[in-house]
Parts: sequence; C-alpha cells; structure tokens
Amino acid sequence: MSTRYVYTFAGLMTLVAAGVLAGLRESTAEIAAKNEDIFNKRAILSAVADPLAAQGFNVDELSGEDVLKFFEDNVNSLVVSAATGEQVEGMTVDSVDYVAEMRKPAEERQLPLYRMDIGGDNYTVIFLRGNGLWDAIWGNVALSPDLNTIAGVTFDHAAETAGLGARIKDDAKWVAQWQGEQIYRDDELVGVRVVKGGALPDDIHAVDGLTGATITADGVEAMLDQGLAAYKPYLNTARQSK
Amino acid sequence: MAETTAQAAVEAPVKKKEATFAFGKKERVLITDPLLDNNPITIQVLGICSALAVTAQVVPSLVMSVAVVFVCAFANLFTSLLRNAIPKQIRLIAQLVIIATLVTVVELVLRAASYPVYRSLSVYIGLIITNCIVMGRLEAFAMAQKPWKSFLDGVGNGLGYGLILVAVAVVREFLSNGTLFTGSSVALNIIGDGSEFWINTTAESGIGTWFSWYQNNGLMALSVSSMFVIAVFIWIQRAKNPKLVDIS
Repeated sequence: MSTRYVYTFAGLMTLVAAGVLAGLRESTAEIAAKNEDIFNKRAILSAVADPLAAQGFNVDELSGEDVLKFFEDNVNSLVVSAATGEQVEGMTVDSVDYVAEMRKPAEERQLPLYRMDIGGDNYTVIFLRGNGLWDAIWGNVALSPDLNTIAGVTFDHAAETAGLGARIKDDAKWVAQWQGEQIYRDDELVGVRVVKGGALPDDIHAVDGLTGATITADGVEAMLDQGLAAYKPYLNTARQSK
Repeated sequence: MAETTAQAAVEAPVKKKEATFAFGKKERVLITDPLLDNNPITIQVLGICSALAVTAQVVPSLVMSVAVVFVCAFANLFTSLLRNAIPKQIRLIAQLVIIATLVTVVELVLRAASYPVYRSLSVYIGLIITNCIVMGRLEAFAMAQKPWKSFLDGVGNGLGYGLILVAVAVVREFLSNGTLFTGSSVALNIIGDGSEFWINTTAESGIGTWFSWYQNNGLMALSVSSMFVIAVFIWIQRAKNPKLVDIS
C-alpha cells in the first residue's frame, strides 16, 4: 500500500471518528447538562434527606423534574464571600467555578451556599471540594439550624477505587456516622476528625476512618477543614446573629 | 505481538461458502471457547490490569463486563469490516481509533441516558480503552475473519472476561465485607458485626454465636488480593484440564 493511501486512510478515519463523536456530543449536550444539574441538586437535597423524609419527601424517589421544582420553590441559593462572610450581590451559584475558586487565596473566594426551610427549621448546606487518592472529591454538608450540628452529608468523587475510596460515597453506614457530629467546640470551629482505627463512640467531633482507604478518608478531613475555614466568617456571623 | 499474528494465521478462515449470519456449531464455539478453555484472563492472560482494579465489588464488575462485551463485540465487527482497507503499517493505530471511538460513544450515550450510572462508571469506561483483551482480539481474530464471526468472538471474549471478573469480585467482596451486590437493589448482607447481617457475629444468641471468631479479611479489599484469587482460578482450571498446561 502506498504512502499516499496510508495518509488518506488515516485522515479519513480520524475525520469520521471525530465527526461521529462531535455530532453525538453536540446532540446530547443539552440533556446531559440538565442531567448533571438534577444530579447535583439531588446530592444537595440528599444531605438533608432525613429532615425532608420527616416532611414526607423521599429524595431518592423524587423524579428529576420534582428535584428541580423543589429546588426552585424551597431553596435559597446564594454566594457568600469568604473574606467578609456576607452575600455577594448579583452573583448566582451557577456562576461559581469552584475549581477556580479553590486556586485563589482563601480570603478571596466566593462560595455557594444553600439555605432551605424544612418544616419550619432553617437548614444550611455548604459545598466542599478537595483531593482524594486519585482525583478530586467533593461533598455537601448540611448544618442544622444551630449551624453547629451536622444534619447529613453527601460525598462524591471523580476516580476513587470502588470498594475502597469510593466508600466515602457508597458506604451508607459510614456516611450516616456524620449525622450529629458537631463542628464547633465552645464556639471555636474545630471541624470533624476522621480517625483511623475508629473514633471514640462519644466523640462528637470525630468519625471512624475507612479500612483500605486511609488517604481518601484523610482527604475528606482536609477538605472539611479547608471548606469550613472558607465558610468560617459566614458561619460565625450567622451564629452570632441568632 | 509476534504470537498474536501467528495465532491470526492459524485461525485464518477456511475457504467455504457459508451463510452470513449462521449460528452453527463453529459459531457457538466462538462464544463458549473463551468462557473456559480459551478464557482471555486465565488462559490468554489479557485484561489482567482491570481484573485487578475493579473487582473489589460485584456490581461495578458486572457493569464493567457489560461495557467490555459491547466494546469488544463492536470493535471486532468494525475492524473486521475494515480489515482489507486498513493499511498494515498503521493497523494498531487504526484499531485504537475504533476502540477509543466506541468507548467514547458508550460514555456519551450513558451521560445522556442515565447520568447516575455514568457517574458511577466514568472511571471504568476509560479503562476499557487500555484493556488488552479488546486489542488482543482485534489483532488475533478480527483482522483475519469475517464480520459476523468477529462479532461473536468479541461477545465470547467479553463474556469470558466478565465471568472471571464477577467470580473474583464475589470472592473478594464476600471475604472483605461479608456482603454481595452492594449498591444494587438485591444487596445481600451475609456475615458481619451488626444486626443488618444475616449472620451477626456479635449476636448474643442464635447462629451468630457459632461465628463469633469471624473477621473480615482486609487484604481482600486491596487490589493485590485479586492476584491470589486469579492465580487460584488458573490453578484449578489447569489441574482439571492438563491439556491447558502446555499452551502458554
């Protein structure tokens, strides 16, 4: 086969493959974006799954449309400044690029925050992002009206190993441990420790580590520390004004 | 690649007129042979990397198997269709383009059709591109065979891969966590230290008291343990069928 044939074949094949993939991507972009939006909003609602269940909403059973509708009707999404802890006017949570925010110095960050009224109580959900063993991890932490007790968490990851690091998302027993933990000790923001070998049962500032996933579990702890540090001005102000 | 091209020559088609989509004895062998006597993992020793990485739990292994069956079958089919047009000099590159395109198609379709599944699988989908089974079969079979047979060979090898993957995952998930099928609607909690398990090793009475010595094996949660498990499978298989011992 001539060199010309080889080049023509390679060129044509690349063009066809690129054309097929580009076409498919374009034609599914809109529905994929909507799916992603629903997925993320469902994750935020899952962090307050228990209070919602008490009101008769089962987050897992809500359809995608229901999730969007619930969010629009009941959730107040705002962007807060890490420097002042005050709301940034004219900015929406959709415009926050969290990856870019994390590269900025802590005090310049602008962070998304979700507040919702469930059965008369005001819950606050903060968004965290950090590093696992292989790639990014992130999560939503729901705070009870006292802005101290964790009402629930959801964690997710880009590429942790199934059965090991991925248990930060899949291990329901481990995720449930976070409920009832407290992030303040005597008005000082201390966060929650992830203790390898197991936390003491009555320690309200620590949860058990994950066997075989120490680095991912440590990543969760670091992510919470960094995230809370950035939300600290907001949380302190909000706690005082209560 | 020397052996695989040699193998391709051995498996070269017999000159005989056949129906295009026949499914006789010869075609059936294409599916059944890779399940046991020519299993891609235990005999051909291909695709070991992902067999080590994704077998900690049964459910991801199952989904990975389905994805590999799909990609393997269609990559074989397209390569076979193009086998006379692909220039020898760039055949590996051409095969890679076919595989990578198919894998990306799977990814894009999943993203639009079922986002939660896409999210839980995105890591593995990328792994298929580097799965040696797909490329091994393209080189050894599809480059020299008709499309329909190649398609069946792809399905067979995908299934053979999946069989071992799931078998390893069953052993590992059971011994490391005492559970099976975690993350699906048929999740089974078999043995462990809690009331949610059938055999509760901390129970004060009942069957659990016989198993109070039982501990999960943490090593089984780590990738290295699949080395041992696969090795035991290979051992059993070769002990049962001594013919296999001389093949590789």
